[in-house]
Formats: sequence, structure tokens, C-alpha cells
Amino acid sequence: MNEKNISAQVDFISVKFKNPVVTASGTFGFGREYGEYYDLSELGGICVKGLTLAPRPGNNPPRIAETPMGMLNSVGLQNPGVDAFIKEELPFLRKYDTVVIANIAGNTIDEYAEMTEKLSDARVDIIEVNVSCPNVKKGGMAFGTSVEGVTDVTAAVMKKTKVPVMVKLSPNVTDIASIAKAAESAGADAVSLINTLLAMRIDVMTRKPVLDNIVGGLSGPAVFPVAVRMVWQVASAVNIPVLGMGGIQTGKDAAEMMLAGASLVAVGTACFDDPYAPVKIIKELKEYMAVNSIKSLCELTGQLLI
Amino acid sequence: MSDVFFCEITENKVLTDAVYSMSITCSQIAAKALPGQFLHIKCGHSRILRRPISICNVHNDIITFVFEVKGDGTKWLSQKKPGQSLDILGPLGNGFTIPGGKIIVVGGGVGTPPMLFTAAKATQKPAAVLGFRSADRVILTEEFKAICEKIYITTDDGSYGIHGAVTKPLEELLKTGGYKVVMSCGQLLMQKAVADICAKYNVPSQVSLEERMGCGVGACLVCACATKSNAIESDALDPNAEDNKITMSRVCADGPVFKSNEVVWQESIK
Repeated sequence: MNEKNISAQVDFISVKFKNPVVTASGTFGFGREYGEYYDLSELGGICVKGLTLAPRPGNNPPRIAETPMGMLNSVGLQNPGVDAFIKEELPFLRKYDTVVIANIAGNTIDEYAEMTEKLSDARVDIIEVNVSCPNVKKGGMAFGTSVEGVTDVTAAVMKKTKVPVMVKLSPNVTDIASIAKAAESAGADAVSLINTLLAMRIDVMTRKPVLDNIVGGLSGPAVFPVAVRMVWQVASAVNIPVLGMGGIQTGKDAAEMMLAGASLVAVGTACFDDPYAPVKIIKELKEYMAVNSIKSLCELTGQLLI
Repeated sequence: MSDVFFCEITENKVLTDAVYSMSITCSQIAAKALPGQFLHIKCGHSRILRRPISICNVHNDIITFVFEVKGDGTKWLSQKKPGQSLDILGPLGNGFTIPGGKIIVVGGGVGTPPMLFTAAKATQKPAAVLGFRSADRVILTEEFKAICEKIYITTDDGSYGIHGAVTKPLEELLKTGGYKVVMSCGQLLMQKAVADICAKYNVPSQVSLEERMGCGVGACLVCACATKSNAIESDALDPNAEDNKITMSRVCADGPVFKSNEVVWQESIK
């Protein structure tokens, strides 16, 4: 098979993706910076920086620490607010032939509902409900680590939405499958996972935490096996589609995540190492499909042999 | 714009104990590089974050950068040899804005190298004030002497040049007048002291800031620094700061060079 003739198209919920590679929220801004390096229309989708109802300045620096094959971040949802996104950033993203996913994080359930209403009216393609940010004191992961919290937020969002909704799950839980099932029961159209793993580094010379926020979220290749395991557990437990992410660096990593049960994959930290990472991963995945005579990605998703 | 380039190392020499000067060849970066910009350098496959290092000088297709070995990544870099190649994203960031006329460049320690490229691009021979901890840390003096009208070197312990901080000779220069702007790079407290003296003599100043970086292109928002603006009301910063209308700017993409009066100086930092 010639990779040029391969279709990596994916139907996810009711949304068509030209390929399964999406950029992970928080690693790609609103697309402007990486749009200088390649045509954003090459991407399956763009998941934008986490949005809050009011603008947020984020945490104080240092906000990053390198770890073995990974990194910690504690940005703390710095963003211009949902209204500024709709006015300033969404029209820019709409110039490209790619799926736009808006990631939202509320301090309260009402804030999630209000943002959903605004973004539905603005016609983003999908809303990703972030109940898993480890870097903010209120909201975020506080909702995502209990069945009740996820149920309440998801139900409130589903009441207001006119577009498909995906709930982004935290790995910082005992049983991620039960949290995923709660999102499904409350009406979510899909789930995405994993957000970052809560982590910490200490400078042994100064005896101080490396991050000003003390703790942060671990991402990068170091978390990839954890993400594969959790995607497999969640995909086995729910009937809604799964977007898998966490440390994907290559087309083979994307294929592995899909075998575990993901219909789409997101690429995040890999962009910091190589701005071209998402487009390279798309190319490599198509090469993998060609070599293995895979005509459609539904031949891959969840096809783990046990 | 910047891009990813695989660049051959042409030279790697030790300047002092832990400070290296490395040269690479890349016509595309050399053609675009501006003083104050940086290179985002991959330091081995096992490290997922690139290391941001300022451009020290450009001659034809050769770009020189100077770095201090601070951890495993820069140690890896220091061991590379001529003929080997580096994966470099660059040139990145907004550099110094050099007006016509006389300028002063101020460098502190390993913040000195980008000021050489800045001095080289000045329209008139500039004055340079360079500060180091001690005689064994002094770097690049011959290079500065070759292109500057005047050069003052200070050391904290008096083991070389003028005993004390860069602010002493800087103030003497500013008293004489005629300087359009002062540009600096170095430790934050030094740069604040430089900015304060410039403000006293009504001379604008530009500072090059440093912060731990991720993407280097402005997407990930980890290299934040507070700058004055009316955009965002911050609750994460010192409420006693003189101006609370501040924005979190990106050192990599909005900087690393800022006008000093934009910077919210945080006493707590380093």
C-alpha cells in the first residue's frame, strides 16, 4: 500500500477528523505560534489552551521543571478568558480546515455551564470539559477526582450544550474507569485522557521546590505507559469514544494508544521538543498503516489482542 | 521566521572553568539573527526540553553562543566536538531595539555574551560596562575592546578591574550625557539596579530577562514574567507592587528583551 492513498480519517462522535492527531490543550496556545511552522489545516484538530470565564494570569514562575523523559508544568490556566477567545482567537482558527476543540475549566459548576453556552453559540466543534487541571486551587481537578463531581459538571454542561462534549479525565484517581463511566452516564459524548500526573521536584542544594507552585503536572514520554494503561481501562469500561493522550512522540506511539482503545490521539509535550511533532506523527502513522495494510483506523482502535 | 536546523559545530572552546564558547554554521540563522535573540538547542535525545541560549555573535555563516554548564543538558552540550551537529530551533525572541547614536551595553557574568552582538550592531562605537564575580570569571574582554569606544570591567571582589558593581562606572558614563539608551543582560537584581540608575538620568533602558522555558515559541506559557499593562488584574502577584495592572508576558516570545519600564520587578525572584 502507498501511504499517499491511505485515509486516516476518523468519525468521532458526529465530527469528521481528516486524521486522528489533535494538539493537546495547553501545549499549543491558540495555534498562532505553531501556525508559523506549518499549515494548521494538516492537523486533525486543535484543542485550545484551557479557557476560564474570566481572564487568568496563571501562577508565578518558575512554572516548568525537566524530569527524566518528561517535564512538570504549573502554568495555572493562564488565559485571556472565554469572551476574548471567541472574539480574538476563534475567527483565526476558523480560517483553517481543522476541528476546533475548546477546553473549559470552571471554578464552579455554574461557570462550566455559562462557558458551554457561550462556546456552543460561537459554534466551536467540540467542547472539552477540563475537570483535571492539577494546577489551580478551585475547580479543575477538585471536580474530576470524584464520581459526584464529574457527574454534576457533566450534567450541567450537557444541559446547555448544542455541540458534542468530551470530558477530560484526571489520572490522579484510584479508579479512572468509574470516573469515565460517571461522565458517560451523565451524558458525555466522549472522554479524553490523561491530563497530567500530579508531581513535584525539589532542588537539593536550596532545599526548595523547583516550581513556585510547589507541585505541578507531569507530562511527556515518561507518562506514556500510564496513559496507555488508563486508556485501555477506560475504553474497556465505556461505550463512548476515547481520545488518548500522554507522552505520544511517534506514529507508533499513536498506533499503540489506538490499539489500547483510543479513536483519536493528542500530541502535547512532544511539540516543545520538535515544533513539527504533530505533522510528523501523522506521517508516521500513515506509514505504519501502509506497512501493516491497514485501510481504516477502525481496524486499529481497540484491536488489542489479549 | 525561525525554524529547526541541523547545524555543524565549528568550534568549542573553554572560556573559564564552566563557561564555553561554541560556534556553529547555519546560513539561515545567521541571516536572520538579531542582537538579544536566542537559540533553542536540543541537548541529547534523553532530554525533552531544549536549552535557550543567547546569540553572542554572528560572522558570515558562523553563529557563536556562550553558555555556562549548569546541569546535565549543558554538560552534554559542552562535550560536543567540532564536526558534530546540533539540532537548533531559532533564532527566537524579540531582541534589542538599537537606535541611531551612542549607546551603552551592560553585561553581567554569563549575561555578557549577547551584549557583544548588540555592541557590534550599534551605529556608533558604544560604551561597554561588564561586571563579573571575580577575575577568574572574566570573559570576552578582548572582543568588546575591539568594537567599543570605552570599556569598564568590574568585579565583585576587586580581583580584576574596578572593585564593585557595574552601576558605579555606568553612573559616571550617564553623568557625561549623550547616550541614547542603555541595554543590559545579566542577573535580575543587577538589571534592576541598571534600570533604576538609567531612570535617574532619564535615559531609556532595555533589559534581557531569563526564565525557565518550554516551547520557546510562545505557545506553552511557562516562561511567564509580569509586565505592566491594563489587560489582566493579577491575584498571583505581590499586591504591594507599584502598579497592579499587570499582564503575564512570555519571556520567549514577547521578550526576552523588554523596555525596563514595562517590567514588574519582583524582589523575591532569585
